[in-house]
Amino acid sequence: MYAPAVEREIKEVVQEAIEKHGCTRDAFIPILSEINHALGYIPAEAIREVKAQINQDGSFVSQGQLFGLASFYDMLSTQPRGRHVIKFCENAPCHVVGGKAIWDTLRETLSLENGETTPDKKWTLVTTSCIGLCSVGPVLLIDDDMYGNVTVEQLPEILGHYE
Amino acid sequence: MPFYRSHILVCADPECLAKGAHDVVDALQDELVAQGLLDEIQVLETSRIGSCSDGPEMMVYPEGVHYVGMTADDVPFLVEEHFLKGRIVEKFREVHKAIVDEELGPLRPKEVRVVLRNCGEIDPMNIEDYLAVDGYQALGKVIGEMTPGQVIDEVTKSGLRGRGGAGFPAGRKWGLTRQVPGDIKYMVCNADEGDPGAFMNRRVLEGDPHSVIEGMIIGAYAVGASYGYIYCRAEYPLAVETLIVAIAQAREFGFLGNNILGTDFNFDLEVRVGAGAFVCGEETALMASIMGQRGEPRPRPPFPSVKGVWGKPSNNNNVETYANVPQIILKGADWYASMGTERSKGTKTFAVGGNVAKPGLIEVPMGITLREIIFDVAGGIKDGRTYKAVQTGGPMGGCLTEEHLDLPLDYEALTQAGSMMGSGGLVVMDDTSCMVDIARFFMDFTQAESCGKCTPCRVGTRRILELLQKICDGKGEHGDIEKLEELCHEVAKNSLCGLGQGAPNPVLSTLKHFRHEYEAHVYEKKCPAKVCRNLIHFEIQSPTCTGCMVCARNCPVEAISGERRQAHTIDINKCIRCGICMQVCNFNAVSVLS
Repeated sequence: MYAPAVEREIKEVVQEAIEKHGCTRDAFIPILSEINHALGYIPAEAIREVKAQINQDGSFVSQGQLFGLASFYDMLSTQPRGRHVIKFCENAPCHVVGGKAIWDTLRETLSLENGETTPDKKWTLVTTSCIGLCSVGPVLLIDDDMYGNVTVEQLPEILGHYE
Repeated sequence: MPFYRSHILVCADPECLAKGAHDVVDALQDELVAQGLLDEIQVLETSRIGSCSDGPEMMVYPEGVHYVGMTADDVPFLVEEHFLKGRIVEKFREVHKAIVDEELGPLRPKEVRVVLRNCGEIDPMNIEDYLAVDGYQALGKVIGEMTPGQVIDEVTKSGLRGRGGAGFPAGRKWGLTRQVPGDIKYMVCNADEGDPGAFMNRRVLEGDPHSVIEGMIIGAYAVGASYGYIYCRAEYPLAVETLIVAIAQAREFGFLGNNILGTDFNFDLEVRVGAGAFVCGEETALMASIMGQRGEPRPRPPFPSVKGVWGKPSNNNNVETYANVPQIILKGADWYASMGTERSKGTKTFAVGGNVAKPGLIEVPMGITLREIIFDVAGGIKDGRTYKAVQTGGPMGGCLTEEHLDLPLDYEALTQAGSMMGSGGLVVMDDTSCMVDIARFFMDFTQAESCGKCTPCRVGTRRILELLQKICDGKGEHGDIEKLEELCHEVAKNSLCGLGQGAPNPVLSTLKHFRHEYEAHVYEKKCPAKVCRNLIHFEIQSPTCTGCMVCARNCPVEAISGERRQAHTIDINKCIRCGICMQVCNFNAVSVLS
């Protein structure tokens, strides 16, 4: 899904995000979220670019501050991810209705641990905080697609939807 | 307002969206334009209609026809048949299954809906729907007839307490914020509902956003605030979208902005979206995040009512607390206080999950017993199994057992029993749940969500988790249980915020009520519930096994051997204990032993 970000693209993405959210302090998280969404992650160059553009406008932010935000919030990634990100809900309500078997099977079939990406850059496997769809657990998200009431037998078919 | 002869409600639940609901909506719009029907038929996106299993789903009113499973390509045919020729398209009609909302069905026995009353009943994207059910009447009453002091008195008298879990009296909090001098004050709504298994606030925000907004405006009038933030977690995209639309509509109707309802009262509101941090549900962390910082809590005092967002006095309440306010104003404090126990009034929403027959969202009066909630409202334990424990209060709450089933729902009663009210997640566990595994599991969560600012929580939760993992792995030693207990007390006592202080609760409560399970893991290397992988093994019962080979074919590590039509055996050394053989066996020939 995400092609490697080139420098010019990063510049544009950052500029758009700042135009949309402004460059006051409370805009930093929305700006980083926007970049993460556009590029799939927040490369170091993007952090440098945000700093440069914001400071140009007379506000002040340091790279450390921005990296601090990017590394603190789960939905922001400072590492490149695979073309498809599997977010597995590993919380109690999904766990007690069979989530553990799904998680173990995912890890075994993809040979991935939490947070890892396959060598072919196809899959990244992560756990997610509860997405509140507990009445149809176990739940997993692939990119923005939600799958509920997942069983071990369904997994090959679900994963097969993605290229 | 245009008059439509027909309305098409398309389910915009994530599951239907994933199946192409947006494409169907677009195709419907295109086709209605093409057929010149746009003035006669309205297309709306709505929350869940059915089970979404055959999505995309839609309802056509006034006929009340439920269509499922169509694609964008089927839309021209459907529009021509249904709306031009007036014939119901049987091919897509849902007739076999009853319409079920898996989260929030019809009113269940013993339920009383105050906060959830409009969810699923009105179109959340249309403010007129809310106005039709007395929406914004409470605001009119407050601004027209009441002084801020009277509003605070009324809320205080109702006995409404913070529904985020801590239970601080809402009226008192409003009074405190009002007293603090300051020209700018903020209203903050905590919509960072992060407790696993708790999705009550999501449903209110998605189904009835205006009740929350109205509650906040009334609160702003009472405390003298001029601006507000709703901090909603990013995991709830539909809630964020609904709120943005609702706020814009409220502004258009003059309920937000300058000179609200023609008075000199000004108040406006915006949605701030989180970026995935559980700790942001803690109020000081939440406010740090609004201000563009890492969501790390700070010590209190100063409390937010004195020094909150941007250093100004800020009133912080939960979604459910605000959603109660309009009803309290309209129906009166006495009505609200007539429900509940002496110190806990009104109703409380819960998301009941785990091994119950009827999981989902419920709203019950305070004072009801846990037994009534689990067995009467939630239909009892699934598959005829036995009740073992219930975790209330989310990952910082505790496990309650059989002996607590008759406890009344009351803030103090739950705290005394070693758990807490929390925001409203109820995870019910049957006899197949291992309590050590459950405790490990909650600890895994709090450990990962610890923000890292204070050492007891950052390091302590990690050490507790390591000990629990060791015990679950069958490597527990003499003294581990005692060490675990000591560590838990230290972390609870010394952590900075509610996350660290509450994190050991699941361990302490399971240690208190299920110590024998911990001991079985450590001393006998057995998992009584047969859950912990390193302590169990699978066996094929030879008389029952028909030699159908299904298990052998499905085994991911080829640990099962045997000839066709002859009993199979599992090689314990190869087996990874995934349990697939047990799941796929049609003859119940695979059993798990510990």
